[in-house]
Amino acid sequence: MTIDATDRRLIAATQGGLPLTPEPYSEVANWLSLTENEVLSRLSAMLEKGVIRRIALAPNHYALGMTANGMSVWNVDDQVAETLGAEVGNLGFVSHCYLRPRALPEWPYNLFAMVHGATREEVEVKRAKIAILLGPSCRGSDILYSTRILKKTGLRLKDPGA
Amino acid sequence: MRRNPLSPEALDAADRAIINALQEGFPLSHHPFAEAGASLGLSEEVLIERVGRLRELGVITRFGPFFDAEAMGGAFCLCAMAVPRERFDEVVTLVNAHHEVAHNYERSHHLNMWFVLACEKSSGIAEVADNIERETGLAVLRFPKLKEFFIGFRVAA
Repeated sequence: MTIDATDRRLIAATQGGLPLTPEPYSEVANWLSLTENEVLSRLSAMLEKGVIRRIALAPNHYALGMTANGMSVWNVDDQVAETLGAEVGNLGFVSHCYLRPRALPEWPYNLFAMVHGATREEVEVKRAKIAILLGPSCRGSDILYSTRILKKTGLRLKDPGA
Repeated sequence: MRRNPLSPEALDAADRAIINALQEGFPLSHHPFAEAGASLGLSEEVLIERVGRLRELGVITRFGPFFDAEAMGGAFCLCAMAVPRERFDEVVTLVNAHHEVAHNYERSHHLNMWFVLACEKSSGIAEVADNIERETGLAVLRFPKLKEFFIGFRVAA
């Protein structure tokens, strides 16, 4: 994947968020002394190449009352893990869903799904729904609740021109 | 980031519709708010005002492009460690001292420390994880992402 210096400036300028104005891309173009069309075509090319996953809003689960968050983990048959993973990711209460390698013998789980709820009881009900969806293709599961944030820093790309 | 919940009355049906719709995507066009507003039955002006208010209330953590750091040449890896209770604080300090450690959570499990390593190059992941093992004398299990399924999270409309 190749992105050039202008793409990097565009990333650095927008990673904090888009301006809330009627023509946000035109505003970003002004910041960078580019034309609006250049900003639109570069963003669209990056979307197509997967450098940008999406242009969207990310909600704050805590503010929405979803204060119980569990990392549910599942040991799913490799043959069906991709198909079932996509179905689990499709559930409205799952915010992130990933396939990861197992670390045997200590860790038999290959599917990770973040489940949000107002209470742990609610999270457990949702976890049970995932278990039903996975059915006999799942040979075991667990759930890990976060008990403390030990570090949280944003992931920031530096503007090479700055 | 706001960690405490808003009162349920703080958001109305239009706010919830905005949160659900804009998670799916925001148009790449000359007047994206007008376009997104049209499918929500809201004017450009009202949508901008509401997104601004949601941002101020802390309901939105991010609004804009989500970049895939891996596609840009960066590398990420979820890691886990089983840290003995009596050594926990000491190990937190050793792990967090690495600037590549982006988030770190204590979790209710035998593997009680879970963190994400973010490096410029994929070779950096093994290097940092190995260094943490050496410094702490504890194993660092590595769970790189093989596949991601993203749909988002919906609030009751």
